[in-house]
Amino acid sequence: MNKLRSAAGLEQLRNRIMSQRDPERTCVVTSVGTCGLARGAAGVAQAIATELNKDGLKGTVDFRTTGCHGFCDIEPVVVIYPKRIVYCHVTTADVPQIISETVAKGKVIKRLLYTNPATGRKIVREQNIPFYGKQYRLLTDSIRFVDPHNIEDYIALGGYTALCKVLFDMHPEEVLDEISKSGLRGRGGAGFPTFRKWEAARNAPSCDGVRYIICNADEGDPGAYMDRSLLEGNPHSVIEGMIIGARTIGSHHGYVYVRNEYPLAVDNLGIALEQARQYGFLGKDILGSGFDFDVKISRGGGAFICGESTALMASLEGRIGEPRPKHIHTALKGLYDRPTNLNNVETWANVPLIINRGANWYSKIGTEGSKGTKIFSLVGKVNNTGLVEVPMGITLKEMVYDIGGGIPDGRKLKAIQTGGPSGGCIPESLIDLPVDFDKLTEAGSMMGSGGMIVMDEDNCMVDMARYFVKFLTEESCGKCVPCREGLDRMLDILTDITEGRGKPEDIELLEELGDVIKEASLCGLGGTAPNPVLSTIRYFHTF
Amino acid sequence: MEIDLKKVDVIVDQYGCNRDSLISILQDIQAGYHYLPEEVIRQVARRLDLPLIQVYGVATFFKAFSLKPRGKHLVHVCLGTACHVRGAPAVLDEVKRQLGVETGDTTKDMKFTLETVNCLGACALGPIVVVDGNYQGKMRPGKVKGVFKQYRGAIEGKQA
Repeated sequence: MNKLRSAAGLEQLRNRIMSQRDPERTCVVTSVGTCGLARGAAGVAQAIATELNKDGLKGTVDFRTTGCHGFCDIEPVVVIYPKRIVYCHVTTADVPQIISETVAKGKVIKRLLYTNPATGRKIVREQNIPFYGKQYRLLTDSIRFVDPHNIEDYIALGGYTALCKVLFDMHPEEVLDEISKSGLRGRGGAGFPTFRKWEAARNAPSCDGVRYIICNADEGDPGAYMDRSLLEGNPHSVIEGMIIGARTIGSHHGYVYVRNEYPLAVDNLGIALEQARQYGFLGKDILGSGFDFDVKISRGGGAFICGESTALMASLEGRIGEPRPKHIHTALKGLYDRPTNLNNVETWANVPLIINRGANWYSKIGTEGSKGTKIFSLVGKVNNTGLVEVPMGITLKEMVYDIGGGIPDGRKLKAIQTGGPSGGCIPESLIDLPVDFDKLTEAGSMMGSGGMIVMDEDNCMVDMARYFVKFLTEESCGKCVPCREGLDRMLDILTDITEGRGKPEDIELLEELGDVIKEASLCGLGGTAPNPVLSTIRYFHTF
Repeated sequence: MEIDLKKVDVIVDQYGCNRDSLISILQDIQAGYHYLPEEVIRQVARRLDLPLIQVYGVATFFKAFSLKPRGKHLVHVCLGTACHVRGAPAVLDEVKRQLGVETGDTTKDMKFTLETVNCLGACALGPIVVVDGNYQGKMRPGKVKGVFKQYRGAIEGKQA
C-alpha cells in the first residue's frame, strides 16, 4: 500500500474498498476479544476458517474476526450476515453444522439461538436481543464491522474522514469550538470538560514548542473494561481521535499508556498503529497536509495509581509512578515539563464522531450537563453481563432490569457500586436515579470509568467497603501520610467489624478518618479513597 | 537459568536505549526469565545510563515485576470487584490449597507461581483464573482442581 497523500486519495481508496464489497454477500463474523477467548473463541474462529476453506463455499463467503460485541455473557458468538443471525455459546463442535446448514442453506439452528429468559422464546437476530434494546451504541456498534487487524474495515465505515476534515477544512480554533459546543466531558472519571484541557494545552507556553498527547488506557478500576474493549475492537477510532487532538493542540508526539494486563489490546493497537503509518495517517506529512505526528505505546507496570495523570507521566518518563501536587496542571507542565494533554480512551474515541456528525447533533444526546453516551460494564449479580453503551441520563433501573435482565435466581437487588474504588454504593431505594456525571456525584458516588457492579442481598456491604479499602491500601503509593496511614487504619477498623470485633464508636471514627483522608491527601487516589466507606455508612448505616 | 546479557542488549536496542521505555524494556526481559535477575537490572541501568536506584525503584514499585525467581507456570487469580462479588476469594483459597502455596509464592518444584491481580477486564466472566495467559472464566472452587490437572498432566507427559 502506498501512503495516501491527500483527502482525495482517501476518498478513492474508500470507493475502491466499497466496490470490492458486497453487503448482500454472506459474511461469518466471530468475536475474539478477551471475553470470547476466555471461552474458547480462538478454536471456534480456527474451525470456521478451516470449514470455509474446505467446503464448496471457498471464496464465496466472507469471514471476519472482531473484538467483543458487548454481550460478553453469551460468548463465543458467531453472527451470520446479512441476516444477522446470531448464535451464542458456540463450540468448535457446532461449527460444521453452522457452515453446512446456516451458511450454505440459510437454515437457522434453533439450539444455538439466544433464549430470552423473560419469555422463554428463542431470538434469531442480534438486534432483537433485549440486552441491546435500550442501548445507543455510538462507539461500540462499529466493533462488529471491524477486524482490528485490517485498517480497510475502518476506512470502509468512513474512518479517517474526520481527520481529513480537520486537516484540510478546519482551523484548530474551529475544532476547539466544535468540541466545546459538543459538551464532551472526560470519560476517565472526573468528567472535566475536554475542550478546556485542549485549550489549556494549546495555549500553554512551551520552552521548545514541544507538546504531548497521551491516551490513558491504564483502566485500573476493578470491574471496568470499556477501554480494553475499544482498544481491542476498534483501535483506529482512538488513534484518529488522538491525531485530531494533536493537530488542534499542536503536538507531534503521542503516547498510549496501556495496562500490561491487557495483552490483546497492546497487540491490536500495535498492529493498528503500524497500518496507520503505512497508509499515511501517522508519521511525517500526514495525508500530504504537512502535519507530523506519531504515537508510541507504553505499557504500564500494573499500578492503580498510574491512572492519576502526574503518576502516569512519571512512569512514562521511566520513574516510579508517584504523583506530585497539581498546583500546576499537567496541561501546562506535564510530561518532561512540557504542556501535555491527557484523555481517556473513550474520550478520544468520541472525537471523530463529533467532528463527522457535528457538535449540534452530539449535544442533543444525553442530559443537560452530561452529553453523549457512556459505556458501562454491567457486571456482578446481574443476568446479562457485558458492556453497555447508553445515552447519559438513563436510569439505574433501566440499566439493571431492562438491559441487564434483572438479578439472577429471583434475588433482591441490594446496591449498585459505581465509580470503582473512588466511587460508592448506591442503594436499591435510589434505583430511579438517572445516570450522569452530576447525579452520581450528588448521590455520593461517581461515574468513574464506568464500572457498574450489581450486588444482591447475599453481598455484605461492610465486606465491600473493606474490599475497596484493602485494594487502595495495597495500591497507595505511600508518598503522603493521610493516604498511607489513614487507609491502613480504616482497613483495621473494617476488618474488626467484619470479624465481629466492631464497636459502636467505629462508625464515627471511620467518618472522621474518611474526611481527613479526603481533605489532606496529595492526589486523587487518597482524595476519593474514603468514598466507598462514606457512601456505605450514608446509605446502609441502619441495616 | 543462564543469564545472557546479550539478549538484554538486544531488547534495550529495540527501544533505542530510550529511558521512557524503561518499563517496557523490563517487561520484555521479564517475559523471558519470569523475573528480573540482579545482573539484568544492573545491565539495564548501565545501558540506559540511569542510576541503579531508579531501575530498582521501578522494578520494586510496579506489581508486574518480580525480583524473586518464579515458576514455570504463572497462575493469576483475579480479585477485581466483579470477581469478588461472585466469590473469587473462595476460588483463591482453593487454588492455594491445590498448589500448597500462599499468594506470591512458588511451589517447591518450581512449576507454579501463584499471584493475584486486581482486574483483568473480563469482568462478565468472573471469577477468572489465568494460567500462562490462558483465561478460565466462571470459576468455582470445584473446578479449580481440573485446571491444574491439565497443566500437571502436560508437564509430566512431556517429561515421561
